[in-house]
Amino acid sequence: MNARRVRRRVVNGMMTGLVGVLSFLAVLALVLILGNLVVKGASSLDWNFFVKNPVPAGESGGGVANAIVGTGIIVGLACLIGLPVGIGAGLYLAEFGSGRLGWIVRFVADVLNGTPSIVVGIFAWTWLVKPMGHFSALAGSVALAILMVPMLARTTEEMVRLVPHSLREAALALGYPRWRTSLRIVARTALAGIVTSSLVGVARIAGETAPLLFTALGNLNFTTHILEPMQALSLQIYTYATGPFDEWPRLAWAAAIVLMGLVLLLAVAARSAIRQGPPHGAAR
Amino acid sequence: MTALPIEPVPAPEPRWRALRGVNAGDRIYRGTLTVLAVTLPLLLLALVGELVVSAWPAIRRFGPHFLWTSVWDPVAGVFGAAPMIFGTIASSLLALVIAVPLSLGVAIFLTEFAPKRVRQPIAFLVELLAAIPSVVYGLWGVFVLIPFLRAQVVPPLRVVLGWTPFFDGVFYGNSLLAGGVILAIMIVPYIAAVSREVLLAVPGSQREAALGMGATRWEAVWTAVVPYGRAGLIGAIILGLGRALGETMAVTMLIGNRHDIGLSVLQPAYTMAAAIANEFSEATTNLYLSALFEVGLLLFVITVVVNALARLLIWQVARGTAVGSRAL
Repeated sequence: MNARRVRRRVVNGMMTGLVGVLSFLAVLALVLILGNLVVKGASSLDWNFFVKNPVPAGESGGGVANAIVGTGIIVGLACLIGLPVGIGAGLYLAEFGSGRLGWIVRFVADVLNGTPSIVVGIFAWTWLVKPMGHFSALAGSVALAILMVPMLARTTEEMVRLVPHSLREAALALGYPRWRTSLRIVARTALAGIVTSSLVGVARIAGETAPLLFTALGNLNFTTHILEPMQALSLQIYTYATGPFDEWPRLAWAAAIVLMGLVLLLAVAARSAIRQGPPHGAAR
Repeated sequence: MTALPIEPVPAPEPRWRALRGVNAGDRIYRGTLTVLAVTLPLLLLALVGELVVSAWPAIRRFGPHFLWTSVWDPVAGVFGAAPMIFGTIASSLLALVIAVPLSLGVAIFLTEFAPKRVRQPIAFLVELLAAIPSVVYGLWGVFVLIPFLRAQVVPPLRVVLGWTPFFDGVFYGNSLLAGGVILAIMIVPYIAAVSREVLLAVPGSQREAALGMGATRWEAVWTAVVPYGRAGLIGAIILGLGRALGETMAVTMLIGNRHDIGLSVLQPAYTMAAAIANEFSEATTNLYLSALFEVGLLLFVITVVVNALARLLIWQVARGTAVGSRAL
C-alpha cells in the first residue's frame, strides 16, 4: 500500500516536471529563433541596409530599401481593400447576422480562414495576373486582402458582440436611428477591439510569402508603381535564403530582423490596444 | 414518457424588423453592410470556380489516376500527384507526433500546474511563435535546424533506430525530418492555444471531484480534466493538422522537393503546397499548369474537410464561444 502511494507521488512529480519541461522547450524554440535572428543579422543592419537597393550578386553592400517600401505599399494597399470589407462584413454578422445569410457568411469565413495561402496565391494569379498579362503589386495586395478579410470579419463580429445591449437600447430610446446607433455607439464602443483585430490581421499578412510568389513576384529595382512587379521583404528573404551566393544568407538574416521587427511591433500594438479594452465596462 | 411533439422552431425575427424601411439611412446602412458581407460567399464561389476551371484539362486527362500514380514528367506531359499527397500527409503526421505532446504539455502546464503569475507571460511567448513569418522559419531551418539535426540528432537516431526503414539512407539535410520538425514548431502555438481554451472550459468541479477522492494533481488532470475535454483537444490537434497541411514556404525550403515516396524520414520528399510554390512559374505547358491547379484544388478540399472536422469537435466542447479565434 505504501509503495503504491509513493509510486503515485513519484508519477505526479514526474508528470508535473514533464509538462513544465515541455513548456520550457516551446519557449526555448522562440528564444532560439529570435536569438539566431539577432546574432546572425544584427551586424548587417546599418544605415545603407535601409536606404540602398540590392546590388548585383557578387558585389558587396547594398540594402533592401525597395523591399521595405514594397512591403509597405503591398500591405497598405491590401489594408485599403481588406479592412473595409472585413470590418463591414463583421458588423453585418454582429448586427444582422441572425438569419440564413449570416450563417452562410460565417461558415464561408471559417472555410476561407483555413485555406492555404498558396491556393489564394494561384487564385489571384488566374484572376488578375493572367488577364492583365503581367505581374503586379496590386495582384499581391488582392491576394493578401483575401487572406485578411475572413479572419477580420469573424474577430470584428466577436468584438462588436461584446458591447452590452443596454447601450444600444439607450441610444435607440433617445431616438437615434439604427445606423447611427450602430456606427456611433456600438462600433465606437468596440473600437479598441476592432483596432486590435485589424492589427492582428495586418501582422498576419505582412509576413506572408506564398501568395506573393506569383502575384507581386519581386523586383530588383525600386518601384512604387502598383501595376508593376514589386519586391517585398518576405520575397527578398526567400530569394536570399535559397540563393547560391555567400553574401546572401547574411542579407537574408538582416532582412528577417526587419520583417520580424515589423510583425512584432504590430503584435505588441494589438496587445496594448486590447489591454485598454472597450470602455463602458464591456467584457474583457 | 410520451415523446414531446417536435415542432420546427421559428427563426428569431431580426431584432428591428418593425423599424425597417422607416429611415432611409437605415436602409442604406444595412444594404452596404450586406453587400460587404456577401463578398465572402462570392469570393469562395469564385475561388472554387477558378480552381476547377483551371484544373479541368488535367482532371479530364488523368481522371482519378492523378491521385495514385507517381510519375511527374512535364516533358512527356504525364502527371501523378501521389508523391506529393504522400509527402504532405507524412510531413504533417510527423509534425503532429512532435507537436502534440509538446503543445498538450504547454496547455496542461499553463492551466493546471504553472504559478499564476507566469501563466500569462508563457502563454504570450508561445503564441508569439505563431507571429513568426513562415519564410523566417524556413531561413532558420536552412541555416540552424538542418546543421543541428545533422550534427546532434541524426547520428544518435541512426544508432538506436537505424535498423528500421524509417531511418534508412544518407542524411543530406533537406528531408522529411527537417520539414516535419519545422512544421511541428509552427503548429505548436495553434494547438496549445486552442487546447488551453478547451481545458479552461472544463468545469472546476471535475478537478475538485477527483482531488476530493484523493487523486494527485496529475491523476486529477489525466482522469478527470483531459477526458472531459477530449473532443475539444482532438479538435485542436486536427486544427493544427489543417495548418500543417497547407503550410508552404518553410516546408518548401526544407523538405528537399523530390518526387519520391519513401519510408525514410531522412530522405527528401515533396508536399502539394511546395510543388505549387516551386513549379508554378516553370509550368510551360497548359497541361502542366492545369496539373498544378489540380494539386491546388486537392489541397483546398483536404484543408476544408480537415478544418470543418476540427470546428465541429471544438464547438462540441465550447458551444457558442469562438474558441480558437484568439489562436490567430
